Amino acid sequence: MSAEWPLWEVFVRARRGLSHVHVGSLHAPDAEMALRNARDVYTRRNEGVSIWVVPSERITASSPEEKDAFFDPAADKVYRHPTFYEVPAEVKHL
Amino acid sequence: MAGTDEQEAAFYAIVDSDGRIEPRDAMPEAYRKTLIRQMAQHAHSEIIGMQPEGNWISRAPSLRRKAILLAKVQDEAGHGLYLYAAAETLGVSRDHLLELLHTHQQKYSSIFNYPTLTWADVGAIGWLVDGAAITNQVPLTRCSYGPYARAMVRICKEESFHQRQGFEALLTLTRGSARQKAMAQDALDRWWYPSLAMFGPPDRESTHSDQSMRWGIKRFGNDELRQRFVDMTAPQADVLGLTIPDPDLRWNDERGHYDFTQPDFDELFRVISGDGPCNRQRMEHRVAAHTEGAWVREAAAAYAAKRAKRAEAAA
Ligand SMILES: [Fe+2]
Ligand SMILES: [Fe+2]
Repeated sequence: MSAEWPLWEVFVRARRGLSHVHVGSLHAPDAEMALRNARDVYTRRNEGVSIWVVPSERITASSPEEKDAFFDPAADKVYRHPTFYEVPAEVKHL
Repeated sequence: MAGTDEQEAAFYAIVDSDGRIEPRDAMPEAYRKTLIRQMAQHAHSEIIGMQPEGNWISRAPSLRRKAILLAKVQDEAGHGLYLYAAAETLGVSRDHLLELLHTHQQKYSSIFNYPTLTWADVGAIGWLVDGAAITNQVPLTRCSYGPYARAMVRICKEESFHQRQGFEALLTLTRGSARQKAMAQDALDRWWYPSLAMFGPPDRESTHSDQSMRWGIKRFGNDELRQRFVDMTAPQADVLGLTIPDPDLRWNDERGHYDFTQPDFDELFRVISGDGPCNRQRMEHRVAAHTEGAWVREAAAAYAAKRAKRAEAAA
């Protein structure tokens, strides 16, 4: 049996109050070992207080080729930003 | 990815504006191949690089030094893993890359084919070899390929401790007995030129440099980085009270740099092509570690499969 261990993506929460952020990947036979390996590979210097591991094959990603078509709908909706609105200068706290 | 003209234009637009290419972007096939080769050889160097220093873990002169050396060697294993993972984003498997290393189809840094004869060599490696590696690697944190650049950020952060612990170990020796100081000098004598050779052949003979510059993989020429390393290191040798084994090494006011003797590039090519002092030993050890560890990998996989099956049956 020479099958390679599956690939896992590793996400680390650096501190309480922050989101988990993708830091890289690793190979492990199962989720438990993936967590242990992730601790040793990615948090040797207290870089994290919490780790997620996700099988790489379970991630669905948007395609870079469709980038324009996929994200364009957001480009012409400037009214989603507060700077779109005109407010008299004397109005505070708005 | 056989790129259309449009894809190629998009690729160069990103590279030329100092942007980052990400794994699923269209990219020239030659760029992908170059990156895989470079990241793999870099990863191989990190894990082969554990051997010369690993040689001294059980004989470190104090518990403090032993703990430091263990942490450093563990870091190098980690660096190898970051880099294999970065290479895998381009669609090659780590097993395949290891196979290429084990069958001599990919190389690793020539420096790790030199032996560590005394404890002072551990200090010299940290100071000079990690120092040269840092000089080479800092520009790679801005490499055009995102996963490689991000791996290099992590690595560079960790490397600075490697260099400092080496310098400190040597400083301790040079402040010790005459024999200890002589041991430190001997280590510098042996590691100086192989460290200079780590920057590769002179730019005029370097085959891939121009293309890698064009692609934003490489930012500076080999000669420039070698000079930078000498300029940083020469004053540090003074602090150690050691003499760099180069009678022509001196500050050149006009150039604003140190003049120095180039390493023997014929030796570099000999060592790279397999004929260094320890090439065979390093590869034999690597292959044996991999082969003898196979049962562990297989047992873990079998255990995971068994548990998954049980969980399925219970569901
Ligand atoms: Fe390293
Ligand atoms: Fe290092």
